[in-house]
Amino acid sequence: MAGLEVTGLGHAFGPQPIVEDLSFSLPAGSLGCLIGPSGCGKTTVLSMIGGLIAPGSGRIDHAFRHPVFVFQDPCLLPWRDARDNVAFGLKATDMDRKTRRSRAERLMEAVGLAPEDHGKFPHELSGGMRQRVALARALAVEPDLLLLDEPFSALDVGLRRQMQSLLRRLIAERDLTALLVTHDLAEAVRLADHILVLSPSPGRLAASHTLAEPFAARDDGFVHCMVNRLLADPATAQALAMET
Amino acid sequence: MEEGRGRALRALDYMWGGWGAASSLLLLTALWEAGHAAYGTLVLPSPRDTVASLWDMSAAGKVLPAILETSRNALGGFLSATVAGGILGGMAGASDMMRRLLQPIATLLLGIPAIAWVVLALLWFGGTGAAVSFTVLITTAPIVFAGAAQGARTLDGSLRRMARSFRVPATTLIRDVYLPHMLSYLFPALATGLALSWKVTVMAELLSGAGGIGDGLAVARVQVDTVKAMAWVLAVVGLLLAVEYLMLEPIRRHLQVWRREMPGSGDIQAGGF
Repeated sequence: MAGLEVTGLGHAFGPQPIVEDLSFSLPAGSLGCLIGPSGCGKTTVLSMIGGLIAPGSGRIDHAFRHPVFVFQDPCLLPWRDARDNVAFGLKATDMDRKTRRSRAERLMEAVGLAPEDHGKFPHELSGGMRQRVALARALAVEPDLLLLDEPFSALDVGLRRQMQSLLRRLIAERDLTALLVTHDLAEAVRLADHILVLSPSPGRLAASHTLAEPFAARDDGFVHCMVNRLLADPATAQALAMET
Repeated sequence: MEEGRGRALRALDYMWGGWGAASSLLLLTALWEAGHAAYGTLVLPSPRDTVASLWDMSAAGKVLPAILETSRNALGGFLSATVAGGILGGMAGASDMMRRLLQPIATLLLGIPAIAWVVLALLWFGGTGAAVSFTVLITTAPIVFAGAAQGARTLDGSLRRMARSFRVPATTLIRDVYLPHMLSYLFPALATGLALSWKVTVMAELLSGAGGIGDGLAVARVQVDTVKAMAWVLAVVGLLLAVEYLMLEPIRRHLQVWRREMPGSGDIQAGGF
Protein backbone atom coordinates (compact mmCIF):
# COMPACT_ATOMS: atom_id res chain seq x y z
CA MET A 1 0.00 0.00 0.00
CA ALA A 2 1.32 3.49 -0.83
CA GLY A 3 2.32 5.66 2.08
CA LEU A 4 3.89 9.05 2.46
CA GLU A 5 6.82 10.04 0.29
CA VAL A 6 8.69 13.27 1.01
CA THR A 7 11.38 14.26 -1.48
CA GLY A 8 13.80 17.19 -1.22
CA LEU A 9 11.42 19.20 0.96
CA GLY A 10 12.50 22.71 1.88
CA HIS A 11 10.96 25.77 3.52
CA ALA A 12 12.20 29.14 4.71
CA PHE A 13 10.65 31.90 6.81
CA GLY A 14 12.12 35.00 5.17
CA PRO A 15 15.84 34.52 4.55
CA GLN A 16 16.11 31.89 7.30
CA PRO A 17 15.88 28.28 5.97
CA ILE A 18 13.90 26.14 8.42
CA VAL A 19 13.89 22.83 6.56
CA GLU A 20 16.30 21.92 3.77
CA ASP A 21 16.39 19.00 1.34
CA LEU A 22 14.43 16.66 3.60
CA SER A 23 13.55 13.26 2.17
CA PHE A 24 11.93 10.29 3.85
CA SER A 25 9.17 7.77 3.30
CA LEU A 26 6.60 6.32 5.65
CA PRO A 27 4.71 3.13 4.71
CA ALA A 28 0.93 3.24 5.07
CA GLY A 29 -0.41 1.78 8.30
CA SER A 30 2.71 2.61 10.28
CA LEU A 31 3.53 5.20 12.91
CA GLY A 32 6.48 7.46 12.20
CA CYS A 33 8.12 9.78 14.71
CA LEU A 34 9.84 12.97 13.64
CA ILE A 35 12.34 13.80 16.33
CA GLY A 36 14.83 16.61 16.52
CA PRO A 37 16.01 19.54 18.60
CA SER A 38 13.77 22.58 19.15
CA GLY A 39 13.56 24.86 16.13
CA CYS A 40 14.60 22.21 13.58
CA GLY A 41 11.36 22.60 11.67
CA LYS A 42 9.42 19.52 12.86
CA THR A 43 6.12 21.38 13.13
CA THR A 44 6.75 23.11 9.78
CA VAL A 45 7.23 19.70 8.11
CA LEU A 46 3.98 18.47 9.66
CA SER A 47 2.14 21.61 8.51
CA MET A 48 3.43 21.16 4.96
CA ILE A 49 2.36 17.52 4.88
CA GLY A 50 -1.09 18.47 6.21
CA GLY A 51 -1.42 21.26 3.64
CA LEU A 52 -1.46 24.16 6.13
CA ILE A 53 1.74 25.59 4.60
CA ALA A 54 2.83 25.30 0.98
CA PRO A 55 6.26 23.66 0.58
CA GLY A 56 9.03 26.07 -0.44
CA SER A 57 10.66 23.37 -2.52
CA GLY A 58 10.50 19.62 -3.04
CA ARG A 59 7.55 17.27 -3.21
CA ILE A 60 5.12 15.55 -0.88
CA ASP A 61 3.37 12.54 -2.42
CA HIS A 62 0.67 10.55 -0.73
CA ALA A 63 -2.70 9.06 -1.47
CA PHE A 64 -4.28 10.03 1.87
CA ARG A 65 -7.58 11.81 1.48
CA HIS A 66 -8.18 12.93 5.06
CA PRO A 67 -5.07 14.08 6.87
CA VAL A 68 -5.95 15.51 10.28
CA PHE A 69 -4.01 17.29 13.02
CA VAL A 70 -3.77 16.84 16.77
CA PHE A 71 -1.90 19.75 18.31
CA GLN A 72 0.13 20.08 21.50
CA ASP A 73 -2.52 22.45 22.84
CA PRO A 74 -5.88 20.66 22.48
CA CYS A 75 -7.24 23.85 20.81
CA LEU A 76 -10.81 23.26 22.01
CA LEU A 77 -13.45 25.94 21.53
CA PRO A 78 -14.04 27.22 25.10
CA TRP A 79 -17.67 28.12 24.31
CA ARG A 80 -18.64 24.65 23.06
CA ASP A 81 -19.09 21.56 25.25
CA ALA A 82 -16.99 18.43 24.71
CA ARG A 83 -19.61 16.86 22.41
CA ASP A 84 -19.79 19.88 20.12
CA ASN A 85 -16.01 20.18 20.11
CA VAL A 86 -15.68 16.60 18.93
CA ALA A 87 -18.35 17.23 16.28
CA PHE A 88 -16.66 20.46 15.12
CA GLY A 89 -14.58 18.92 12.33
CA LEU A 90 -17.71 17.26 10.93
CA LYS A 91 -19.12 20.68 10.06
CA ALA A 92 -16.95 20.49 6.96
CA THR A 93 -19.19 17.60 5.82
CA ASP A 94 -22.88 17.71 4.89
CA MET A 95 -23.80 15.60 7.93
CA ASP A 96 -26.79 16.91 9.92
CA ARG A 97 -26.44 18.03 13.54
CA LYS A 98 -28.01 14.90 15.03
CA THR A 99 -25.73 12.53 13.13
CA ARG A 100 -22.73 14.68 13.98
CA ARG A 101 -23.54 14.56 17.67
CA SER A 102 -24.23 10.82 17.72
CA ARG A 103 -20.92 10.15 15.99
CA ALA A 104 -19.21 12.44 18.50
CA GLU A 105 -20.76 10.42 21.34
CA ARG A 106 -19.40 7.16 19.90
CA LEU A 107 -15.90 8.58 19.53
CA MET A 108 -15.88 10.04 23.02
CA GLU A 109 -16.63 6.55 24.31
CA ALA A 110 -13.84 5.14 22.09
CA VAL A 111 -11.28 7.50 23.66
CA GLY A 112 -12.51 6.71 27.17
CA LEU A 113 -14.56 9.78 28.09
CA ALA A 114 -17.37 8.98 30.53
CA PRO A 115 -20.92 9.95 29.42
CA GLU A 116 -21.20 12.51 32.24
CA ASP A 117 -18.25 14.40 30.74
CA HIS A 118 -19.76 14.73 27.29
CA GLY A 119 -21.70 17.88 28.15
CA LYS A 120 -18.87 19.58 30.03
CA PHE A 121 -17.10 22.66 28.77
CA PRO A 122 -13.32 22.53 28.22
CA HIS A 123 -12.50 24.47 31.41
CA GLU A 124 -14.40 21.82 33.39
CA LEU A 125 -12.20 19.00 32.01
CA SER A 126 -8.72 17.95 33.13
CA GLY A 127 -5.70 18.25 30.80
CA GLY A 128 -5.82 14.56 29.89
CA MET A 129 -9.55 14.69 29.19
CA ARG A 130 -9.11 17.74 26.98
CA GLN A 131 -6.48 15.90 24.96
CA ARG A 132 -8.85 12.94 24.64
CA VAL A 133 -11.52 15.31 23.30
CA ALA A 134 -8.99 16.64 20.77
CA LEU A 135 -8.11 13.08 19.73
CA ALA A 136 -11.81 12.17 19.37
CA ARG A 137 -12.36 15.32 17.29
CA ALA A 138 -9.55 14.26 14.96
CA LEU A 139 -10.87 10.69 14.67
CA ALA A 140 -14.45 11.87 14.07
CA VAL A 141 -13.67 12.99 10.53
CA GLU A 142 -12.48 9.44 9.77
CA PRO A 143 -8.93 10.40 8.83
CA ASP A 144 -6.48 8.11 7.09
CA LEU A 145 -3.44 10.12 8.15
CA LEU A 146 -2.98 11.44 11.70
CA LEU A 147 -0.50 14.29 12.12
CA LEU A 148 0.33 14.68 15.79
CA ASP A 149 2.33 17.67 17.00
CA GLU A 150 3.71 16.78 20.44
CA PRO A 151 0.19 15.93 21.60
CA PHE A 152 1.18 14.50 24.98
CA SER A 153 4.08 16.73 25.98
CA ALA A 154 1.96 18.83 28.38
CA LEU A 155 0.67 15.75 30.25
CA ASP A 156 2.22 14.11 33.31
CA VAL A 157 4.02 10.77 32.94
CA GLY A 158 1.15 8.47 33.94
CA LEU A 159 -1.34 10.25 31.73
CA ARG A 160 1.11 10.31 28.86
CA ARG A 161 1.48 6.49 29.06
CA GLN A 162 -2.29 6.07 28.98
CA MET A 163 -2.61 8.33 25.95
CA GLN A 164 0.25 6.56 24.17
CA SER A 165 -1.44 3.17 24.63
CA LEU A 166 -4.75 4.65 23.49
CA LEU A 167 -3.12 6.11 20.39
CA ARG A 168 -1.47 2.81 19.42
CA ARG A 169 -4.73 0.94 19.97
CA LEU A 170 -6.75 3.42 17.87
CA ILE A 171 -4.16 3.37 15.08
CA ALA A 172 -4.26 -0.45 14.97
CA GLU A 173 -8.07 -0.64 15.16
CA ARG A 174 -8.63 1.96 12.47
CA ASP A 175 -5.74 1.06 10.22
CA LEU A 176 -4.36 4.61 10.31
CA THR A 177 -1.03 6.00 9.28
CA ALA A 178 0.40 8.47 11.76
CA LEU A 179 3.28 10.90 11.90
CA LEU A 180 4.09 12.15 15.37
CA VAL A 181 6.39 15.05 16.19
CA THR A 182 8.23 14.77 19.48
CA HIS A 183 11.44 15.89 21.11
CA ASP A 184 11.42 12.94 23.50
CA LEU A 185 13.44 9.98 22.23
CA ALA A 186 11.90 7.65 24.84
CA GLU A 187 8.43 8.50 23.54
CA ALA A 188 9.54 7.86 19.97
CA VAL A 189 11.04 4.48 20.97
CA ARG A 190 7.88 3.53 22.83
CA LEU A 191 5.52 4.39 19.99
CA ALA A 192 7.16 4.43 16.58
CA ASP A 193 7.65 1.92 13.81
CA HIS A 194 10.00 4.38 12.15
CA ILE A 195 12.07 7.07 13.86
CA LEU A 196 13.18 9.95 11.64
CA VAL A 197 15.86 12.06 13.29
CA LEU A 198 16.18 15.66 12.08
CA SER A 199 19.37 17.68 12.39
CA PRO A 200 19.37 21.10 14.10
CA SER A 201 18.07 24.00 12.00
CA PRO A 202 17.79 23.88 9.06
CA GLY A 203 16.20 20.44 9.47
CA ARG A 204 17.55 17.62 7.33
CA LEU A 205 17.24 13.88 7.82
CA ALA A 206 20.19 12.98 10.06
CA ALA A 207 19.29 9.34 10.69
CA SER A 208 16.37 6.95 10.45
CA HIS A 209 15.66 3.83 12.45
CA THR A 210 13.09 1.08 12.09
CA LEU A 211 11.75 -0.70 15.16
CA ALA A 212 10.12 -4.08 14.63
CA GLU A 213 9.10 -4.96 18.22
CA PRO A 214 5.34 -5.01 18.80
CA PHE A 215 4.04 -2.18 20.98
CA ALA A 216 2.99 -4.57 23.75
CA ALA A 217 6.58 -5.78 24.11
CA ARG A 218 8.00 -2.30 24.62
CA ASP A 219 8.34 -2.08 28.39
CA ASP A 220 10.55 0.34 30.32
CA GLY A 221 13.56 -1.99 29.99
CA PHE A 222 13.18 -2.16 26.23
CA VAL A 223 12.79 1.62 25.94
CA HIS A 224 15.89 2.20 28.09
CA CYS A 225 18.04 -0.24 26.09
CA MET A 226 16.83 1.04 22.75
CA VAL A 227 17.37 4.71 23.64
CA ASN A 228 20.95 3.87 24.58
CA ARG A 229 21.44 1.88 21.41
CA LEU A 230 20.11 4.71 19.22
CA LEU A 231 22.29 7.27 20.98
CA ALA A 232 25.29 5.06 20.24
CA ASP A 233 24.70 5.94 16.60
CA PRO A 234 26.90 9.03 16.05
CA ALA A 235 24.50 10.74 13.59
CA THR A 236 21.54 10.39 15.98
CA ALA A 237 23.54 11.45 19.03
CA GLN A 238 24.92 14.48 17.21
CA ALA A 239 21.49 15.59 15.95
CA LEU A 240 19.92 15.24 19.39
CA ALA A 241 22.93 16.62 21.27
CA MET A 242 20.99 19.67 22.39
CA GLU A 243 18.29 17.51 23.92
CA THR A 244 20.35 14.79 25.68
CA MET B 1 -33.65 15.91 28.61
CA GLU B 2 -30.73 16.72 30.90
CA GLU B 3 -30.10 19.88 28.92
CA GLY B 4 -33.76 20.96 29.21
CA ARG B 5 -33.72 20.45 32.98
CA GLY B 6 -30.55 22.47 33.33
CA ARG B 7 -32.07 25.28 31.30
CA ALA B 8 -35.28 25.27 33.40
CA LEU B 9 -33.25 25.35 36.61
CA ARG B 10 -31.19 28.27 35.34
CA ALA B 11 -34.36 30.17 34.38
CA LEU B 12 -35.80 29.51 37.85
CA ASP B 13 -32.56 30.66 39.42
CA TYR B 14 -32.72 33.86 37.36
CA MET B 15 -36.33 34.56 38.37
CA TRP B 16 -35.53 33.86 42.01
CA GLY B 17 -32.73 36.42 41.72
CA GLY B 18 -35.49 38.93 40.85
CA TRP B 19 -36.59 38.99 44.53
CA GLY B 20 -33.27 40.52 45.48
CA ALA B 21 -33.68 43.22 42.84
CA ALA B 22 -37.30 43.86 43.95
CA SER B 23 -36.25 44.25 47.60
CA SER B 24 -33.57 46.77 46.76
CA LEU B 25 -36.03 48.78 44.63
CA LEU B 26 -38.60 48.74 47.45
CA LEU B 27 -35.94 49.95 49.89
CA LEU B 28 -35.15 52.83 47.55
CA THR B 29 -38.86 53.68 47.35
CA ALA B 30 -39.02 53.75 51.16
CA LEU B 31 -36.08 56.19 51.26
CA TRP B 32 -37.80 58.29 48.61
CA GLU B 33 -40.97 58.42 50.77
CA ALA B 34 -38.85 59.44 53.77
CA GLY B 35 -37.24 62.21 51.71
CA HIS B 36 -40.68 63.42 50.69
CA ALA B 37 -41.83 63.47 54.34
CA ALA B 38 -38.77 65.50 55.29
CA TYR B 39 -38.65 68.07 52.45
CA GLY B 40 -42.18 68.33 51.06
CA THR B 41 -43.75 68.01 47.61
CA LEU B 42 -41.99 70.89 45.86
CA VAL B 43 -38.56 69.38 46.47
CA LEU B 44 -39.44 65.69 46.35
CA PRO B 45 -42.98 64.58 45.51
CA SER B 46 -44.15 61.34 47.10
CA PRO B 47 -43.85 58.09 45.14
CA ARG B 48 -47.66 57.79 45.14
CA ASP B 49 -48.17 61.27 43.60
CA THR B 50 -45.45 60.55 41.05
CA VAL B 51 -47.05 57.27 39.99
CA ALA B 52 -50.46 58.97 39.85
CA SER B 53 -49.05 61.74 37.67
CA LEU B 54 -47.39 59.19 35.36
CA TRP B 55 -50.73 57.37 35.18
CA ASP B 56 -52.60 60.59 34.29
CA MET B 57 -50.06 61.52 31.61
CA SER B 58 -50.28 57.98 30.18
CA ALA B 59 -54.08 58.21 30.13
CA ALA B 60 -53.77 61.53 28.29
CA GLY B 61 -51.69 59.75 25.64
CA LYS B 62 -48.46 61.62 26.34
CA VAL B 63 -46.17 58.93 27.73
CA LEU B 64 -46.23 56.16 25.13
CA PRO B 65 -45.50 58.44 22.13
CA ALA B 66 -42.69 60.06 24.16
CA ILE B 67 -41.19 56.65 25.02
CA LEU B 68 -41.42 55.57 21.38
CA GLU B 69 -39.80 58.81 20.22
CA THR B 70 -36.98 58.46 22.75
CA SER B 71 -36.48 54.79 21.86
CA ARG B 72 -36.34 55.64 18.17
CA ASN B 73 -33.75 58.36 18.73
CA ALA B 74 -31.68 56.21 21.09
CA LEU B 75 -31.81 53.02 19.04
CA GLY B 76 -31.21 54.85 15.75
CA GLY B 77 -28.00 56.34 17.12
CA PHE B 78 -27.01 53.18 18.94
CA LEU B 79 -27.47 50.89 15.92
CA SER B 80 -25.41 53.25 13.74
CA ALA B 81 -22.76 53.28 16.48
CA THR B 82 -22.79 49.48 16.62
CA VAL B 83 -22.27 49.16 12.88
CA ALA B 84 -19.62 51.91 12.63
CA GLY B 85 -17.84 51.04 15.88
CA GLY B 86 -18.01 47.30 15.19
CA ILE B 87 -16.58 47.51 11.67
CA LEU B 88 -13.88 50.07 12.49
CA GLY B 89 -13.01 48.25 15.74
CA GLY B 90 -12.76 44.94 13.88
CA MET B 91 -10.40 46.58 11.39
CA ALA B 92 -8.33 48.15 14.16
CA GLY B 93 -8.07 44.79 15.92
CA ALA B 94 -7.02 42.98 12.76
CA SER B 95 -4.42 45.47 11.54
CA ASP B 96 -1.79 47.31 13.57
CA MET B 97 -1.72 50.17 11.10
CA MET B 98 -5.48 50.70 11.34
CA ARG B 99 -5.24 50.61 15.12
CA ARG B 100 -2.55 53.27 15.13
CA LEU B 101 -4.72 55.39 12.83
CA LEU B 102 -8.07 54.95 14.58
CA GLN B 103 -7.22 54.58 18.27
CA PRO B 104 -6.27 58.27 18.82
CA ILE B 105 -9.50 59.37 17.14
CA ALA B 106 -11.56 57.07 19.39
CA THR B 107 -9.71 58.34 22.48
CA LEU B 108 -10.30 61.94 21.39
CA LEU B 109 -14.02 61.34 20.79
CA LEU B 110 -14.34 59.63 24.19
CA GLY B 111 -12.78 62.66 25.84
CA ILE B 112 -15.32 65.17 24.46
CA PRO B 113 -18.25 65.54 26.89
CA ALA B 114 -21.64 64.40 25.57
CA ILE B 115 -23.11 67.83 26.35
CA ALA B 116 -20.60 69.46 23.98
CA TRP B 117 -21.78 67.14 21.24
CA VAL B 118 -25.39 68.09 21.96
CA VAL B 119 -24.57 71.76 21.44
CA LEU B 120 -22.66 71.05 18.20
CA ALA B 121 -25.38 68.71 16.92
CA LEU B 122 -28.04 71.39 17.58
CA LEU B 123 -26.01 73.88 15.57
CA TRP B 124 -25.50 71.41 12.72
CA PHE B 125 -28.86 69.64 12.56
CA GLY B 126 -31.24 72.02 14.38
CA GLY B 127 -33.68 70.78 17.03
CA THR B 128 -34.55 67.48 15.33
CA GLY B 129 -34.33 63.75 16.06
CA ALA B 130 -31.26 63.65 13.78
CA ALA B 131 -29.36 65.85 16.24
CA VAL B 132 -30.25 63.45 19.07
CA SER B 133 -29.31 60.32 17.11
CA PHE B 134 -26.05 61.91 15.99
CA THR B 135 -25.11 62.72 19.57
CA VAL B 136 -25.82 59.12 20.60
CA LEU B 137 -23.79 57.80 17.65
CA ILE B 138 -20.77 59.93 18.35
CA THR B 139 -20.73 59.24 22.11
CA THR B 140 -21.31 55.47 21.99
CA ALA B 141 -19.34 54.49 18.85
CA PRO B 142 -15.93 54.82 20.59
CA ILE B 143 -17.10 52.41 23.33
CA VAL B 144 -18.23 49.82 20.76
CA PHE B 145 -15.02 50.45 18.82
CA ALA B 146 -12.88 49.65 21.87
CA GLY B 147 -14.75 46.38 22.53
CA ALA B 148 -14.62 45.24 18.91
CA ALA B 149 -10.92 46.12 18.58
CA GLN B 150 -10.08 44.20 21.73
CA GLY B 151 -12.13 41.21 20.58
CA ALA B 152 -10.53 41.08 17.13
CA ARG B 153 -7.02 41.65 18.51
CA THR B 154 -7.18 38.80 21.00
CA LEU B 155 -8.47 36.14 18.58
CA ASP B 156 -6.60 32.96 19.41
CA GLY B 157 -4.30 32.06 16.50
CA SER B 158 -4.16 28.41 17.51
CA LEU B 159 -7.97 28.08 17.28
CA ARG B 160 -7.88 29.61 13.82
CA ARG B 161 -5.16 27.13 12.83
CA MET B 162 -7.17 24.23 14.24
CA ALA B 163 -10.29 25.32 12.33
CA ARG B 164 -8.27 25.66 9.13
CA SER B 165 -6.81 22.19 9.60
CA PHE B 166 -10.35 20.75 9.55
CA ARG B 167 -11.15 22.77 6.42
CA VAL B 168 -14.46 23.96 7.86
CA PRO B 169 -16.40 26.46 5.71
CA ALA B 170 -16.02 30.20 6.31
CA THR B 171 -19.53 30.45 7.82
CA THR B 172 -18.60 27.86 10.49
CA LEU B 173 -15.33 29.69 11.13
CA ILE B 174 -17.21 32.93 11.73
CA ARG B 175 -20.11 31.43 13.73
CA ASP B 176 -18.19 28.95 15.88
CA VAL B 177 -14.77 30.54 16.27
CA TYR B 178 -14.74 34.30 15.59
CA LEU B 179 -18.18 35.44 16.73
CA PRO B 180 -18.32 33.79 20.20
CA HIS B 181 -14.90 35.20 20.98
CA MET B 182 -15.72 38.67 19.66
CA LEU B 183 -19.03 38.70 21.55
CA SER B 184 -17.35 38.11 24.89
CA TYR B 185 -15.63 41.49 24.39
CA LEU B 186 -18.25 43.20 22.27
CA PHE B 187 -21.32 42.42 24.36
CA PRO B 188 -20.24 44.25 27.53
CA ALA B 189 -19.32 47.22 25.34
CA LEU B 190 -22.70 47.07 23.61
CA ALA B 191 -24.55 46.86 26.93
CA THR B 192 -22.65 49.87 28.28
CA GLY B 193 -23.20 51.73 25.00
CA LEU B 194 -26.93 51.01 25.02
CA ALA B 195 -27.34 52.19 28.63
CA LEU B 196 -25.45 55.37 27.77
CA SER B 197 -27.63 55.87 24.67
CA TRP B 198 -30.79 56.42 26.75
CA LYS B 199 -29.14 58.93 29.02
CA VAL B 200 -27.60 60.90 26.17
CA THR B 201 -30.91 60.78 24.27
CA VAL B 202 -32.91 62.26 27.16
CA MET B 203 -30.28 64.95 27.65
CA ALA B 204 -30.18 65.85 23.95
CA GLU B 205 -33.99 65.88 23.73
CA LEU B 206 -34.20 68.15 26.75
CA LEU B 207 -31.93 70.70 25.11
CA SER B 208 -33.20 70.37 21.56
CA GLY B 209 -36.94 70.18 22.19
CA ALA B 210 -37.05 67.38 19.63
CA GLY B 211 -39.83 65.53 21.45
CA GLY B 212 -39.55 62.41 23.59
CA ILE B 213 -39.06 62.03 27.32
CA GLY B 214 -36.41 64.77 27.43
CA ASP B 215 -38.86 67.24 25.96
CA GLY B 216 -41.43 66.27 28.61
CA LEU B 217 -38.83 66.97 31.29
CA ALA B 218 -38.05 70.36 29.76
CA VAL B 219 -41.74 71.31 29.85
CA ALA B 220 -42.04 70.15 33.48
CA ARG B 221 -39.02 72.30 34.34
CA VAL B 222 -40.52 75.38 32.69
CA GLN B 223 -43.75 74.81 34.63
CA VAL B 224 -41.78 74.15 37.84
CA ASP B 225 -43.83 70.94 38.13
CA THR B 226 -41.66 68.62 40.23
CA VAL B 227 -44.30 65.88 40.25
CA LYS B 228 -44.37 65.75 36.45
CA ALA B 229 -40.56 65.89 36.27
CA MET B 230 -40.34 62.93 38.66
CA ALA B 231 -43.00 61.09 36.63
CA TRP B 232 -40.84 61.46 33.50
CA VAL B 233 -37.78 60.29 35.43
CA LEU B 234 -39.82 57.27 36.52
CA ALA B 235 -40.78 56.61 32.90
CA VAL B 236 -37.16 56.66 31.74
CA VAL B 237 -36.00 54.48 34.65
CA GLY B 238 -38.77 51.98 33.86
CA LEU B 239 -37.60 51.93 30.25
CA LEU B 240 -33.99 51.33 31.31
CA LEU B 241 -34.96 48.55 33.72
CA ALA B 242 -37.09 46.87 31.07
CA VAL B 243 -34.25 46.96 28.55
CA GLU B 244 -31.73 45.73 31.12
CA TYR B 245 -33.68 42.87 32.64
CA LEU B 246 -35.93 41.76 29.79
CA MET B 247 -33.40 42.10 27.00
CA LEU B 248 -29.76 42.43 28.06
CA GLU B 249 -29.64 40.15 31.08
CA PRO B 250 -31.19 37.08 29.36
CA ILE B 251 -28.82 37.55 26.39
CA ARG B 252 -25.89 37.96 28.78
CA ARG B 253 -26.82 34.76 30.60
CA HIS B 254 -27.23 32.88 27.34
CA LEU B 255 -23.82 34.04 26.10
CA GLN B 256 -22.13 33.22 29.39
CA VAL B 257 -23.37 29.64 29.81
CA TRP B 258 -19.96 28.29 28.86
CA ARG B 259 -18.33 30.28 31.63
CA ARG B 260 -20.29 28.46 34.34
CA GLU B 261 -18.15 27.59 37.36
CA MET B 262 -15.24 29.53 35.95
CA PRO B 263 -13.43 31.61 38.55
CA GLY B 264 -15.29 34.91 38.89
CA SER B 265 -18.35 33.81 36.90
CA GLY B 266 -20.61 33.74 39.97
CA ASP B 267 -21.49 37.40 39.86
CA ILE B 268 -21.94 38.41 36.28
CA GLN B 269 -21.67 42.17 36.14
CA ALA B 270 -24.54 44.12 34.70
CA GLY B 271 -23.81 46.50 31.84
CA GLY B 272 -24.68 49.24 34.29
CA PHE B 273 -26.48 52.50 33.83
